[in-house]
Amino acid sequence: MATMLRIEPVTRIEGHAKVSIYLDDSGAVSEARLHVVEFRAFEKFCVGRPFYEMPGITNRICGICPTSHALASVKAGDAIMGVAIPPVAEKLRRIFNWAQYIQSHALSFFHLSAPDLLLGFDHDPATRNVMGLIQKFPDVARKGIRLRGMGQEIIRILADKSIHQAWAVPGGVRQPLNAEKRAAIQAMLPEGFETIGLALELLKKSFAQFADELTTYDFPSLFAGLVTHEGGLEHYDGLLRFTGSDGTLIEAGVANERYRDYIEEASEDWSYLKFPFFKPHGPYNRSESAGMYRVGPLARLNVCDFAGTPRADEELASFRKLGNGRTVTSSFHYHYARLIEILFALEKIAETLDDDEILDDWVRAEAGVNRLKGIGMVEAPRGTLIHDYSVDRNGIITDVNLIVSTGHNNLAMNRTITNIARKYLQGDSVTEGMLNRVEHGIRAYDPCLSCSTHAVGRMPLVIRVISPDGSVVQEFSRG
Amino acid sequence: MSVITVTINGIEGSAPAGATLLEACRQNGVELPTLCHLEGLTPIGACRLCLVQVEGARRLLPACVTEAQEGMIIQTHTEKLVKYRKMTLELLLSERNHICSVCVANGSCELRTLCAQLGVDHSRFEYRCPDLPPIDTSHERNGLDHNRCISCTRCIRACDQVEGAHTLDMEGRGIENRVIIDMHQTWGSSRTCTKCGKCVNVCPTGTLFWKGSTVAEMEKEVGFLQWIRGGREKKTWSYL
Repeated sequence: MATMLRIEPVTRIEGHAKVSIYLDDSGAVSEARLHVVEFRAFEKFCVGRPFYEMPGITNRICGICPTSHALASVKAGDAIMGVAIPPVAEKLRRIFNWAQYIQSHALSFFHLSAPDLLLGFDHDPATRNVMGLIQKFPDVARKGIRLRGMGQEIIRILADKSIHQAWAVPGGVRQPLNAEKRAAIQAMLPEGFETIGLALELLKKSFAQFADELTTYDFPSLFAGLVTHEGGLEHYDGLLRFTGSDGTLIEAGVANERYRDYIEEASEDWSYLKFPFFKPHGPYNRSESAGMYRVGPLARLNVCDFAGTPRADEELASFRKLGNGRTVTSSFHYHYARLIEILFALEKIAETLDDDEILDDWVRAEAGVNRLKGIGMVEAPRGTLIHDYSVDRNGIITDVNLIVSTGHNNLAMNRTITNIARKYLQGDSVTEGMLNRVEHGIRAYDPCLSCSTHAVGRMPLVIRVISPDGSVVQEFSRG
Repeated sequence: MSVITVTINGIEGSAPAGATLLEACRQNGVELPTLCHLEGLTPIGACRLCLVQVEGARRLLPACVTEAQEGMIIQTHTEKLVKYRKMTLELLLSERNHICSVCVANGSCELRTLCAQLGVDHSRFEYRCPDLPPIDTSHERNGLDHNRCISCTRCIRACDQVEGAHTLDMEGRGIENRVIIDMHQTWGSSRTCTKCGKCVNVCPTGTLFWKGSTVAEMEKEVGFLQWIRGGREKKTWSYL
């Protein structure tokens, strides 16, 4: 008789989820599924609103990366207005985005994942959290919390609020930077560099103790992310690139407006999170992971040819040695990639602020509706984020499609937890360490499930009664 | 000008003859909340926030449209009045779809400011969540979002009494009423609208807004009303 094990709720991620592990007759793991159980309806209720209100509405999708949603939204707005925004506005938006990387990646690494990485998977679950981290490694915890605070503070300096700002608007930004604010940001950067140096050192030292995990999280897939026109690491604009596991270029640079030719979304009746896949490798087939690709820090470092700042390029070189010299395929290394991106963000902020042009006060272009469709694509900390709006001639939204970062990784997350369950599940006895590895497997992707369930959908409700031995003894279903 | 004496909350005060109770209160340092009232527009007593108790009167009276009389004894902040004012605000919130966090008037909205002042942080009444006419952004400069309208008619009065265009009007009754443009057409096709923007400036919420406004970006300026009304009274533009 087939048996199901359930982990609920999955903790230390953004949002709510549960995992089911299916065993076959011989007791071996046949499949593991990540169920995303939140339901939201942004794509529905945004219809009818003016497009210039969209950054303010969509950034409410999430409290962790409102900045990313705002930027994707204002870029879609720029496209509807058909304007090229003032160059300084673009630079300010980029700083805003890099600050978001610092705070979000620091949150993922220090608050959510460091307890696993520094305390170990088999550490007592009661203290395997950020509080336990503070007790055992007070200095690391404090520095990590301050680093996240720094990212938030840069956002606040630019936009008056650290979350849910209305600063980035279609056409540019609302307020320019001044010399005083610039100096305040610049004064914070040295501490950021110091903390990220420490974190990189600690993480690299820990690889030896996670040899098993490194291989368990390793599987082939495509990678997707934005790159600059020259092929460099990019977070705000640029072309969408797809590469293979071995680093071959599948698509060197897709223009943002053509994303639908390459990305298609499938649905499963057991999760609100859609399953995007690489269309040219379709049709969709979850069990064979056809068209599966990964996005986010790992993917961005895999698809780019270079980072473009001295210290990040140096780290990128050592990162690539963990793979085949170009591509790193173990999802465990999302953590390392995340830290390299924080370093890159710090370097880019320093470099951008250095030019006095950044103080220019012409930061907003004005225009009405000049296009009936606008696509905004940015790299959010968790991966490629797409806002695709259609409007009528008065600028009222008639259709919204949001493809969020976590969604792209859905197939890969399911693959990762299946691998972990196969490796660590002995018979049908679930150990705390195994449970946490499954959760950590998900956490490596730093999924933001509140973001990813923005769409309208309907999932049949299934209530399963599970006996103590783990077998399904009764099932109620609806829908 | 003759002066009358009134007693407000137990304290004697004076007011010019012919003043409304609202004017009398304000001139004696007693603030009353208002939404439909705006200095420079004809008062209509619609929002019921300025209700006061007048000794001898059998019902509560809206201060903005009640003339102060010699010897009147007025209570403005009894427990009952405060309770009614809060309830009025809660009913306004439940009537349409007010989403302050993403509203263009966040920070400048009079409804929200009053709610904060009176301690209304939620509504006890079920939200009606009505289906309303679509947002009208067909006008060159202005937009109209019925979700945020409290039917105060300030826009209608400004358009009629100050600008003299009477582009805006009201259709329907009670909670079914809606601001309309001309004989119920889109704003962009109106031939009477002068695009002066007075309606947008006098709107106490985010119902009327400048097109292109993003969250919390609206700033409204009503000082022009005094200036225009004062100029007309003093015949500043008598050459006309």
